[in-house]
Amino acid sequence: MSIGAPKWEGTDDYIASSDLARIVNVAVLLGRPLLIKGEPGTGKTLLASSIARGLNMELITWHVKSTTKAKDGLYVYDTVQRLYDSRFQDKDVSDIKQYIHLGPLGRSFAAPARAVLLIDEIDKADVEFPNDLLHELDAMTFDIPETGETIAAAQRPVVIITSNSEKELPDAFLRRSVFHYIEFPTEDLMSKIVQVHFPNLGAHMLQSAMNAFYRLRGVEGLRKKPSTSELIDWIGALMASGISPDSLDEEIPMLGVLLKREQDVGVAIRRLAASGKPRQGGLQR
Amino acid sequence: MSAVAPLLFGELFFGLRREGLKIGLAEWLGLMDALKRGAVAHTLDDFYYVARALLVKSEAHFDTFDQVFAAVFGGQALSQDAVKALLDWLENPIVPQLTPEMIAQLEKLPLEQLRRMFEERLQEQKKRHDGGNRWVGTGGTSPFGHGGQNPAGVRVGGSGGGRSAIQIATAREFRKYRHDQVLDTRAISVALKKLRRLSRRHADLELDVDESIDQTCRNAGDLTLCFTPPRKNEARVLLLMDTGGSMDPYSHMVERLFSAAHALQHWKKFEAFSFHNCVYEELEPGREDHPDDEGIMTADLLRERPSETFLILVGDAYMAPTELLDPWGAIHYYHHNRTPGIVWLHRLRKRFPRAVWLNPISERGWHGWTIKIIQEVFPMFPLTVDGIDRAVAQLVKSTPEPVRPLSSMYPELREFDHLDDLAL
Repeated sequence: MSIGAPKWEGTDDYIASSDLARIVNVAVLLGRPLLIKGEPGTGKTLLASSIARGLNMELITWHVKSTTKAKDGLYVYDTVQRLYDSRFQDKDVSDIKQYIHLGPLGRSFAAPARAVLLIDEIDKADVEFPNDLLHELDAMTFDIPETGETIAAAQRPVVIITSNSEKELPDAFLRRSVFHYIEFPTEDLMSKIVQVHFPNLGAHMLQSAMNAFYRLRGVEGLRKKPSTSELIDWIGALMASGISPDSLDEEIPMLGVLLKREQDVGVAIRRLAASGKPRQGGLQR
Repeated sequence: MSAVAPLLFGELFFGLRREGLKIGLAEWLGLMDALKRGAVAHTLDDFYYVARALLVKSEAHFDTFDQVFAAVFGGQALSQDAVKALLDWLENPIVPQLTPEMIAQLEKLPLEQLRRMFEERLQEQKKRHDGGNRWVGTGGTSPFGHGGQNPAGVRVGGSGGGRSAIQIATAREFRKYRHDQVLDTRAISVALKKLRRLSRRHADLELDVDESIDQTCRNAGDLTLCFTPPRKNEARVLLLMDTGGSMDPYSHMVERLFSAAHALQHWKKFEAFSFHNCVYEELEPGREDHPDDEGIMTADLLRERPSETFLILVGDAYMAPTELLDPWGAIHYYHHNRTPGIVWLHRLRKRFPRAVWLNPISERGWHGWTIKIIQEVFPMFPLTVDGIDRAVAQLVKSTPEPVRPLSSMYPELREFDHLDDLAL
């Protein structure tokens, strides 16, 4: 990494593996979009806000939905407001500028200082969506024909894009991006993550909870394996209910917090019982 | 010496391309740009992660990357001289110029040969001290074999406590994400989603509310209605699955394909039926555990389903030749098929020109005689995510390849060619 460049290494509330930190810094340095994939619950979306905090930049978020169009990210021309205003004549409606609202991408270009732009769940939109953004992400500039303005980024924003691989992304889009796959945290990294959320958690409780959690993840045939966010919720629930760490070796209480599918709960109870290991406790959610 | 190091990176690049990764000049130059701008610390570990992030854009290809990386940089492959050259070059990388002709030339070399050329080139330069500019070179000793152990000499620079790049590359932890070996339901649905026939043809125009409001406002409030025809997926998909005994080891794979296709809700119509070893007069329901599902006469299927239906057959295509070619050849004792199975398969292919056969056996094992025969009738692909991907690409081709007449393959079955129209 070149000297003087600001480096991101995770923040106190976001523990990043060293390879993730490395790739983030490369993307920041090269000014290329960073495409993040990984199992649900591995902190893809939270990454952007941690980068923003770590590098002291503004965070601009764009949550993509199935109906989102690429142009929405650039700007919206509020014709309805303009028509409305024209009836009362208290504003100069010939000044179109006041009816142009920049979208998230536009705002990240126009930001006075370098910003972090999160394009969340890009695969939710139409297959053409990523391609429609190619030019803007490359050149970091676009025109607004209604006003004749050009919005150009003085500093290339740090663009973080997350995908759940629901649709394939076009090659031309991929070629321009830096790619990282967040693997499920190892027990070691996971312990650190848990400790960030529960600094007062005892070592014994932590170990028992981690054992039970990874035992459950090892069960074959689960449709949706429990992930980090479920583990955090579960430990929170354990602490609130005052369950003793030793009992976790016997049974996994509040399984519904960890497994969100009815089917999976059944599978887990059967498999864990069959393996002669812990039985499931209460099914209360 | 500095001209040698790029050769190694060239080797990585071409090794990846030869393994089928779609990496072009843009990716290569991107990596060179990253090196030039100091994005890589001068360690092999750093290079491993940065190169992977810039060259490989899917976790499905991480395993391939690991293998090529280990072959190029790992094991005993690198001499001390090469390591030094590499480090010097990372310190101050000069980007080699690549022309399309050079690429074309290099593509043809097997990785092993490239490596041998690299080593020779290195020796040559040591003798001459000329720092030559022929950056394409020569390679060494080790092909893909690597002992999994990493001598300290290769671990350039060392890693801060974690495992070295070579250790990671040789551990091959990303094997589970490979698309040519693993069948992941989610990846199957992504592949199947490309099986679509979008059409605005049959649809009535729909009011585009957003566009109407926008246009009305731009028109100073004069109502302007905008209509667009909705896009609809007109694709019909027919899945025929072999549930014969030899398919038992693969039943979980077929099950995954079925559940992915069934859950997709993406097509105008999806139907599934099953057969034993080969298709004859009658097809059984697709799901054995659903007693309400009904089977169908194959002739009815041929007559009633539109010919643009996408047909996917799944089976090992492995059976006794008599089951395929002879009248009365069906494996079930009480099943009397007057018409040989191959005739039924051929009729299916003729009726549904967009048809593929997915085989759970991997491509290397396609030796059986009946497999060869069926390949004459159906384009065959392995039942993997990659295979399904290729099969879908074949299905959506604008002009499907016609099938040869049955009588040209089997003159003795000429009578059935003639009977085709009668039977239907």
